[in-house]
Amino acid sequence: MTYKFIGKRIKRNEDPRLLTGQALFVDDVDIPGMLHVAFLRSDYAHARILSIDIEEARQRPGVVAIYTAEDMGDDWEPGPPLVSPPPTLEGVIFNSRRQAPLAKGKVFHAGEAVVAVVAESRYIAEDAVEDIWVDYESLPVVVDLEKAMESDSPLVHDDLDTNLAAHMFQKKGDYESAREQADLIIQKKFYLDRGAAVAMENRGIVAHWDEKSQHMTIWDTTQAPIPIRNGTAARLGLSEKQVRVIAPFLGGGFGPKAMMFYPEEMLLPWLSMKHCRPMKWIEDRRENFYATTSERQQVHEVEIALTKDGRVLGLSDDFLHDTGAFDPYGLTIPLNTQCHVTGPYDIQNIASNCTAVFTNKPIVTPVRGAGRPQGVFVIERMLDFAAKELGMDLLELRKKNLIPPDAFPYDKEIIDQAFAKFVMDSGNYLPVVEKAREMIGYDQFIKEEQPRLRAEGKYVGIGITPFIETTGVGPYEGARVQIEPTGKVNVATGIGTQGQGHFTSFAQIVSEQLGVAVSDVNLVSGDTAQFHWGTGTFASRGAVVAGSAVLAAATAVRSKVLKLASKVLEAPEEELEFENGTVRVADIPRQSISLGELAALANPLRGAVEPGSEPGLEATDYFGPAYGATAFGVHAMIIEIDPETMMIEFKRYITVEDCGTVLNPLILEGQIHGGVSMGIGNAYYEKMHFDESGQLLNASLADYLIVTAHEMPNRIEIGHMETRSPFNELGTKGVGEAGAIPVPACFTQALENAFQDFDLEILETPLSPNRLFELLQREEHEE
Amino acid sequence: MTKLFKLSLTVNGNPYERQIEPRLLLSDFLRHELGMTGTHVGCEHGVCGACTVLLNGDPVRSCLMFAVQAHGHEVLTVEGLGTIDDLHPIQQAFWEAHGLQCGFCTPGFLTTLVPFLEENPDPSEEEIRVAISGNLCRCTGYQHIVEAVQLAAEKMRA
Amino acid sequence: MKPPPFEYYAPTTVEEALVHLAEHGYDAKPLAGGQSLIPMMNFRLAQPAVIVDLNNIEGLSFIRPEDDGSLAVGAMTRHQMVEKSELIVEKAPLVHETMPQIATSQIRSRGTFGGSLAHADPSAELVCVSVALDGEFKIANQSGERWVPAKDFFLGLFTSVLEPEELLVEIKLPPFPERTGWSLKEIARRPHDFCLIGVAAVLTLDENNKCQGAKLVYLSAGDGPVEATQAAELLKGQDMTDEAIRAAAEKASAEEIDPSSDIHATAEFRRHLANVLTRRALKEALDRAKGN
Repeated sequence: MTYKFIGKRIKRNEDPRLLTGQALFVDDVDIPGMLHVAFLRSDYAHARILSIDIEEARQRPGVVAIYTAEDMGDDWEPGPPLVSPPPTLEGVIFNSRRQAPLAKGKVFHAGEAVVAVVAESRYIAEDAVEDIWVDYESLPVVVDLEKAMESDSPLVHDDLDTNLAAHMFQKKGDYESAREQADLIIQKKFYLDRGAAVAMENRGIVAHWDEKSQHMTIWDTTQAPIPIRNGTAARLGLSEKQVRVIAPFLGGGFGPKAMMFYPEEMLLPWLSMKHCRPMKWIEDRRENFYATTSERQQVHEVEIALTKDGRVLGLSDDFLHDTGAFDPYGLTIPLNTQCHVTGPYDIQNIASNCTAVFTNKPIVTPVRGAGRPQGVFVIERMLDFAAKELGMDLLELRKKNLIPPDAFPYDKEIIDQAFAKFVMDSGNYLPVVEKAREMIGYDQFIKEEQPRLRAEGKYVGIGITPFIETTGVGPYEGARVQIEPTGKVNVATGIGTQGQGHFTSFAQIVSEQLGVAVSDVNLVSGDTAQFHWGTGTFASRGAVVAGSAVLAAATAVRSKVLKLASKVLEAPEEELEFENGTVRVADIPRQSISLGELAALANPLRGAVEPGSEPGLEATDYFGPAYGATAFGVHAMIIEIDPETMMIEFKRYITVEDCGTVLNPLILEGQIHGGVSMGIGNAYYEKMHFDESGQLLNASLADYLIVTAHEMPNRIEIGHMETRSPFNELGTKGVGEAGAIPVPACFTQALENAFQDFDLEILETPLSPNRLFELLQREEHEE
Repeated sequence: MTKLFKLSLTVNGNPYERQIEPRLLLSDFLRHELGMTGTHVGCEHGVCGACTVLLNGDPVRSCLMFAVQAHGHEVLTVEGLGTIDDLHPIQQAFWEAHGLQCGFCTPGFLTTLVPFLEENPDPSEEEIRVAISGNLCRCTGYQHIVEAVQLAAEKMRA
Repeated sequence: MKPPPFEYYAPTTVEEALVHLAEHGYDAKPLAGGQSLIPMMNFRLAQPAVIVDLNNIEGLSFIRPEDDGSLAVGAMTRHQMVEKSELIVEKAPLVHETMPQIATSQIRSRGTFGGSLAHADPSAELVCVSVALDGEFKIANQSGERWVPAKDFFLGLFTSVLEPEELLVEIKLPPFPERTGWSLKEIARRPHDFCLIGVAAVLTLDENNKCQGAKLVYLSAGDGPVEATQAAELLKGQDMTDEAIRAAAEKASAEEIDPSSDIHATAEFRRHLANVLTRRALKEALDRAKGN
């Protein structure tokens, strides 16, 4: 399909505002009379609250009010369950325990909000927090996943007799019989640890209840403004029309900003109503590490069954998943893990047993990747070990097991995060693998370069890792497209945007239909006053689902334009074409009319509008896919390690992506680069260090190491292949998380490859120079 | 209440005078007293670089300075670089090279780069990467930023 | 993360500053570049009641050659000025090499030479380098001034001989003897992070290319700058062979330093790295000594 606007490297509509400091972020909102909120947060990971003394704080000049859970009276209630467990799964257990606006009676994790201080300034509010005295009785703390499931473990939730948050078993085929037929069975146990999302902008909320108009306006750093509006209205006993939620420019999201009903999100609107004053709370960086969700800790016990020629007959995975102190987000992450643990491979017998575990740690919800990196790490590690045992080349083993192109749509027979069957829409995997192999020079590196470098005393290793990414899941999104009499086009959609370039990529979709310049399309997203149906930006679904809705609405407007223009220009619709903001008769370009004039004609001030027709050139439409779109890709890297210091350097970094139709290559590359940087962090730099008492030891950007320009590869070389998704008209698949997903798996493979003389076996992620040193020492000692 | 301090300074070429508490951070002063919200606050402990502004031409963390310390000095923020209709060459280069995504860290990169490119009109890639290593970006993976700096250098040399 | 309130003074002379410090004693904290103090205040880990801001004292910012061949650096001289100083390149090349390794450009344009030393952070490069260079510190109080050698200045973690009513005002860096080489090696996860371990090496050769004297000082290796005197003693009078270097590195890293374990590295890994870096630093210092 040839496009005029879609697929072009078009620079972004939103950038001039961002570049000049003129874009509105939540903390930029300033309203006269605004009060500021700060929280006293628990120092303990698990403790009973015996008493709270707020008297001294109350006396401090500038303090307006102080609230504990008790002070909220009947308005104190935990957040809503976001996602229930998949009803289609047999025997699923799910214990729903949700976060509260303020801790009552007991704290469940360090950093949980206990007292809210309202003051004339944030400075004073923080002063007052220090005046408050809380008497805690510390309780035994649940940190370790495996110990949490032992029968004598202390309990996170007293009313449960276990720390089990959820249990679900999924299967395809019959693993046991596959096992019996296998020539080779490999068993391993993997430990994956937790990392933080670290959007550069912390969270924040401004809530403004206007008593006179009985209307609430909320500026919120949320990826899901519409559910926040609906839930807030319900909590406060207001009509949805009385609440407007605006997610303005967001300084990155990466998942945690899609968590719905953080304690502060429940509290701020309530406080604003209570005091009839605007209220602001801006999370600081220290709070961000505790009060914003994080992810990735799992323990997997895995078994893989193969034939001696390298065909994978089956895989069994029994894993623990850390859900933190509460589980408002349901099972999204472990469901993703279950979908990705067999990757792009045709494995007919799968047994996947998931146990989600409560711990006294901050709440777990998706972070860019959302359970997928864990699944990919497990399967790719297992294939690495299998290749070694079988004496096969790593890539040959993988190629042997890829799902063939004629097998699509391919049913994994596993329920995915949307509670639909995980049906993979399309793909042609082998050429993508071959392209990556060629780009990185895999064969030449293994045969010539590596031995030569090794002889020079250099430790250089290669990793090459295929992966899938489920994207674009339902339920639905919507959009409204309207042509103004100025000829400019307004687009409104419900999803929020956090830097993904929706202002531009959605404009390209509209331009394609209406022939207007991309810069003449003005998108409003994330404002419930502009569009109030939809769910949010997560799961790499923005471009696929909202993009398809924009296409549908733009197509509907296009047909309205054609109908009207045909009448005005006295020419049949088939002879009309869109060009540069006008509609013209194909063979007689002078016979044309601008879209703006048509828009004015469609909204007459006098005369009758024909019965059955609507005024204006406007349409609203929706898109709800039955299944998501599954993207595919391969990452490959060559790294050099200083064997004395364990410091690494990326020599090459390749990705080859198949995400279907590319809307804007510039934006796509940006998404991949950013994802890879987070993936590199996940592999070798970033880890949340919790001690035995549940304290986070690195709650600062000085100690939580996100990569700088210096640690990144100089060039991420990107190759493209394109298999259009048949499940949406654009043919596109999401790519928002792809960059991050396979990096730990690929990096680990490259490390092992570099240290092949050491017989290093890596069963964990993330690593660090220190940890790598320990593993190599252990290897030496064992020899 | 602590004693208020009468602060006079120049921001983006314009003189300002305010009565402030000595503890008020320069970042908060610019954002909330002057309403110049282009300077962003990402960590308040001097690591992320989002709040970088120029103090008498040198890049500083505005979260690691009290506003009173800017008394009698000149501050330049992102608002003083260029306008939407007349972008600074570095801003223009960031736009063309897609050197920003969410845009939150961007003002800090831009202000850091102004003196850097003035002193290093033709920097190597390694020099660029070191120069921006005090600015964290979670979206871009830095590659397009590095390319934007190279493009900006080219534009500024021309 | 907002700093607590404080009383604020911005003296323009050292004398005036000393009056405020004497008046407020332990309640007061001098504010130099503020690149360590202000983050601690933002985290509310430091809550001084009184801040005596030294940034308006113009007389404390200078780099001056002395008649005896040494260099005098004013305590409020900003890192950036030191980094760009030709005098430093010429007369204190180890300091010149150190400057870009200190934090980031935005920190160096504000942070000061003396502030970094007075803060006495054992993972600060200048703390270690000042000892390796046999620097001398001029300390002023209301009754006069005193000179303290760098090695006696640091007492432990964030503590020095500075009394609350005193100010560090000047640092004197003596010149290197002939045929002296130097090196600073450190391992940090990211360039601007505090290093896991680091070492400054200064090596002087005699006319036969034997070691006439050596100094090895470590950062992030204990409660203060850690000087490995026994390792240096091992080298004295020796040919600087790989074997001799290895023995010194082994001695220093295994016996003389006292690094701790934290989330970034165990003490064991730090000792290992110290060993590696000592060898690399001595080799570089040796090459430079031969070239001089």
